[in-house]
Amino acid sequence: MSDTEVIIGLEVHIQLTNLKTKLFCSCNSDYRGKEQNTIVCPICLGLPGSLPVINENAIGYATRLALALDCKINEEFWFFRKNYFYPDLPKAFQISQYNKAGGKAFGDGGHITIRLDGEKKEISLDRIHLEEDPARLVHKGSIASSPYTLVDYNRSGMTLIEIVTNPVMKSPEEARDFLNQLKSIVQYTGIADLDLEGSVRVDANISIKGNPRSEVKNINSFKEVERALKWEIQRQRNALKRGKELIQETRHWDDKRRVTIGLRTKEFEKDYRYFPEQDLVPINIDKKFIEEVKKELPEMPNARMKRFQEQYQLSEFDSEILVLDKNLADFFEKGVQQNKSFGLDDYKTYCNWLMGDISRWLNDNNKNINDSKLKSNQLNELIMNINDGKITGKIAKGFVDEMMKGNSISDIIKKSGKKRIADEATLYKIVEEVLKENLDIVKDYNGNPRALEALIGKCMQKTRGQADPNVTRNLIKKKIQ
Amino acid sequence: MKIIDFMAYELIEKINNKEIKVIDILQQTYENIEASEDLIHSFISLSKEEALEKARILDKKLDNGKQSGKLFGLPIAIKDLICVKNNLTTCGSKILEGYKPPYNATVSDRILEKENAICVGRTNMDEFAMGSSTENSSYGPSYNPWDFNRVPGGSSGGSATCVASGQTIISLGTDTGGSIRCPASYCGVTGLKPTYGRVSRYGLISYANSLDVIGPISRCVKDAALLLKIMAGKDPLDSTSYDIKVDNYTNDLDKPIEKKVLGVPKEFFGEGIEQSVKKKINEAIKISENLGAEIREITLPHLEYTIPTYYLIAMSEASSNLARFDGLRYGEMYDNPQSDVFEVFSKTRGEKFGEEVRRRIILGTYILSAGYYEMFYLKALKVRTLIKQDFKNAFTQCDAIVCPTMPTTAFKIGELVDDPLQMYLMDALTCPVNLAGLPALSIPCGFDQNNLPIGFQIIGNYFDEHTILNIGNLIENKLNIYRKIPQIIRNKK
Repeated sequence: MSDTEVIIGLEVHIQLTNLKTKLFCSCNSDYRGKEQNTIVCPICLGLPGSLPVINENAIGYATRLALALDCKINEEFWFFRKNYFYPDLPKAFQISQYNKAGGKAFGDGGHITIRLDGEKKEISLDRIHLEEDPARLVHKGSIASSPYTLVDYNRSGMTLIEIVTNPVMKSPEEARDFLNQLKSIVQYTGIADLDLEGSVRVDANISIKGNPRSEVKNINSFKEVERALKWEIQRQRNALKRGKELIQETRHWDDKRRVTIGLRTKEFEKDYRYFPEQDLVPINIDKKFIEEVKKELPEMPNARMKRFQEQYQLSEFDSEILVLDKNLADFFEKGVQQNKSFGLDDYKTYCNWLMGDISRWLNDNNKNINDSKLKSNQLNELIMNINDGKITGKIAKGFVDEMMKGNSISDIIKKSGKKRIADEATLYKIVEEVLKENLDIVKDYNGNPRALEALIGKCMQKTRGQADPNVTRNLIKKKIQ
Repeated sequence: MKIIDFMAYELIEKINNKEIKVIDILQQTYENIEASEDLIHSFISLSKEEALEKARILDKKLDNGKQSGKLFGLPIAIKDLICVKNNLTTCGSKILEGYKPPYNATVSDRILEKENAICVGRTNMDEFAMGSSTENSSYGPSYNPWDFNRVPGGSSGGSATCVASGQTIISLGTDTGGSIRCPASYCGVTGLKPTYGRVSRYGLISYANSLDVIGPISRCVKDAALLLKIMAGKDPLDSTSYDIKVDNYTNDLDKPIEKKVLGVPKEFFGEGIEQSVKKKINEAIKISENLGAEIREITLPHLEYTIPTYYLIAMSEASSNLARFDGLRYGEMYDNPQSDVFEVFSKTRGEKFGEEVRRRIILGTYILSAGYYEMFYLKALKVRTLIKQDFKNAFTQCDAIVCPTMPTTAFKIGELVDDPLQMYLMDALTCPVNLAGLPALSIPCGFDQNNLPIGFQIIGNYFDEHTILNIGNLIENKLNIYRKIPQIIRNKK
C-alpha cells in the first residue's frame, strides 16, 4: 500500500451566515431566497469610488473560531488584494489575507481531532483567514457546456473564513470525519449555520504519494467531499496503473455527473499579485479582546464529550455522536435534567432514543431537532411510560411519528388504544396460538437460538406490539420445555 | 454686478444679503462658460438644466427666509472622477462614457446636499488622473487661459482653467502626485492638497489609493479654507479618514507669522528649475521674511528617489484599482457573441483605455508580479518610509516648507507627449508631498517673461493645514495679484 499512499489537504470556505451584515458593507447577509441582485450596494458591487469598511463582528467571529481551533491569532495584520479577472469578482480583486510578502493570516496553526474506528488522530491546520465572497455564477446545466453565465451579486461581499489544513489526511473517510468535526465546532461557536445552501465550499488537494497533485474545486457541500475524493483517487490510481503520468492541474467537481473534469482553460501560472489593501487600515486584535471572546466561548464538543462520559456515564462512542450535533446534545441535557428521578439507565435510554429513532426520523424528514416540534418533556413522558410498564418499547417506537409532530404522549397512547400486555393468562393464549401456527420454527427451537426471538416477534405481531417481551419469553420457554 | 469680480466668500455674503439672486449667478456662470469654453475646454459635461432648477429652488428658499448651508447658492465645478449621484462621471475616459453613479461621494454630499452649493459641470482631466497636462483626456485637452498654446497642467486641468478664466469661482480637484497644485500653478490660481486622510475619499474613483486626496481649487486662500472646512473630517465610509479635530480654517488667516520658521530645502532649488521660477519664488520667500518669518535652509536627502518611488507605487495601485473596468456592469462593453468573457474583458479594456492608462496598468501589473514584487514594490515602500522620515525630521526644525510648485511654467501643448519620462519629471516637486501624505498649498506668486503664472508651494506638517493657509493668505495679500484674470478672457467678455 505504501507506494499508493493517498495524501489529502483541504481548503474549506465557510460563510459566516450568522453575521447580520456583509464583510465590508452594511448589506444584509440574509440574502438567501431573495430576488437576484437586490441585496447590493455600491461597495459590494465594487462600483468605482466605493470603499470597504471592516465589519467588526466578523473579527469577533473569526476570533471565536481561531480560539476553538487552537490557532495562534495574529494581533496585527493588513488585508491584501488578490487580483484576478473573473465575472464573479466585481472589483477584479478579492479582499483577502495573505501569509507571505509581509502579510499575515488571521490565525496560524491549530488542529482538529478526528476519531476513526476508535483511533484518535490530530489533523493539523496551516492557517485560517478572512476574505470576501465573490458573486454567485449561475450556469445552465454543467459549467462546461452552459451557453451563458448569469451573475447574482447578492452573495458578493459575504464573509468567508478559509480553513487550510496541512496535507495530512490519508483517506476520504478521514476527510469526511474532519469536516464533520469542523462543522460541529462551527455550530458550537455560533458563527454560521452550515446547513444553509451554499454556506460551505471545499477545494481539495489530492495526490498519490510521489506524484503531482490535483486541486479539485467547486465541492459545494460536506457530503460531496468524500464522493469527490474517492472518484479522484480512483482516477489517479487508474491513470498510474495504465502507466500514464499525472500532471499538476485544477479539476472541477461536476456534482451532477459525479466526476472531476479538467477544465480546459488556458493554463498559465497563477499569479494573484497580492499586495496590501490600503483602503483599509491595519486590523488590531488586542489580548484583552481575545480574552473577552474566550470568556464568552461556549463549551466545545471535545470538552463536552468528556463531561458527558463523566456526568452521565455515557460511553465514549455515544458521547461523541451525541455532542457532534450541538442541538441534539442541548436537547439531551435539557431533557434529562427536567426529570429529577432519572438515573444512569435513563440517561442511556434517553441518548439511545435521540441517536436512534429520533435521528432517523429527522434524517428521513430532512430536519434539525430544533425545527421539529419535539419537546424534551414528550420524550421524558414516553420513557416514563415505558419505565412504569404502561407501554412497551415496541409500542413506543410506533409513536415516534406522532410524537415528532408535537402531539402529547397521553393523547397518542389514548388514541392508539395500546398498552402493555403483561397478564400471563392473556399472553398464554396468544403463545399457544403462535406455537400452533409456526410448527416449523418450533421444530428448529433446540438447534437455533434465534428461533426464540422469532417466536417472540410473532407474538408481538399478534398483539400489535403490546406484549411484554419478558413475560412472553418466559411463557414460550416454559411451554416448549 | 459681475460675479467675475468676486471671491466665493464675498458672493455667499451677497446672496445671503439678497444683493444678488442665485439664478443670476448661475446664469452669469453659464454665460461665462459659453463665452470661453471653445477656447479653453474646461468641462467634459455641464448640467445646466439641473443647476438652474436648483438655483430657482434656492431663491425661493431665500425669499421665504429658509436658506441653509454655508455654500448656499454657490456654483462649483467638480472634477470628473468624484461621484455625483445621477451625474455623468467619466474620469476623462471612454471606458466610463455615459456612466452616472447611483450614489454621491461624501464630499459631494457635504458640499451639494448639506451646504447647498450647485454643481455646474464636470471638469476635464487626464484620463483617470494620469498625467500632468490634461492632454491625456479622452475628450480632448484643456487649454491654458494665459496662453491657449500651452497646457493648463494636470491632471485637474479643467478644474484650474475654469477658475482661472472666471468661468466659475471655485472647483474640486484631486491630487495624487501634484494634480491639484500643478494646474493651479500653471493657471495662476490657488490649489490646496490636504493631508492624506483629512478629506474622505469615499466616492473618489481611485487612481492610486494610498496617495489620492480631494482638495479645492480657488481664486484665493480664504475660499480654499472655506471649502476645506466643509470637506474635512472623519467619514465612517472611509477607513483611512482620520478622526482628528477639524480647525476653523477661515479664522486667523491674517494672524502674524512672526514666530514661524519656514524651511527652504536646497534639493528643491537644484537643476531643472527655471531661472524665472527661482526668481519669483525667492521674491515670495523674501516677502515672508519681511512678514517676520524666519527662513532656514533644510535638507531632504532622499528627495532624488521621489520619481521612481512615486511611479512604482502609483502604477502598482492603479493596475489593481482600474482592473474593475471591464464593461460588464457599467460603461461600454466590447460586445461580440463569439467571444468568451476574457476576450470581452481584454477587448473592452484594450479599446476603451487610452495609451497612458494602458502604459501604467501594464507597468503596474509587471511591478506586482511574482519575482518583481520584492525588487520593486516592497523597495518603493521602504524608500517611501525614508522620504516620510526626511519630512518628519525637517518639521522638527520648521513650521512649513516653501519651494516652487513646478520646476517650470506651463509648457506647450504636444511638447512632452512623446516623452513620458520628461513628463513624469515635472512632478518632482509635488510628488514627495503625496508620498509623505502631507498637506500643501500652491498660490500664484508672479509671472515669467511670457506672462505665464508661477506657483509658490507651501508644505505643512500633518493636519496643519491651518498654518499653510495662514502663511499663504498673508503672502497673497502682499502680492495682491490674485484677482487677476487673463487679458484675453477679459477682452472676449
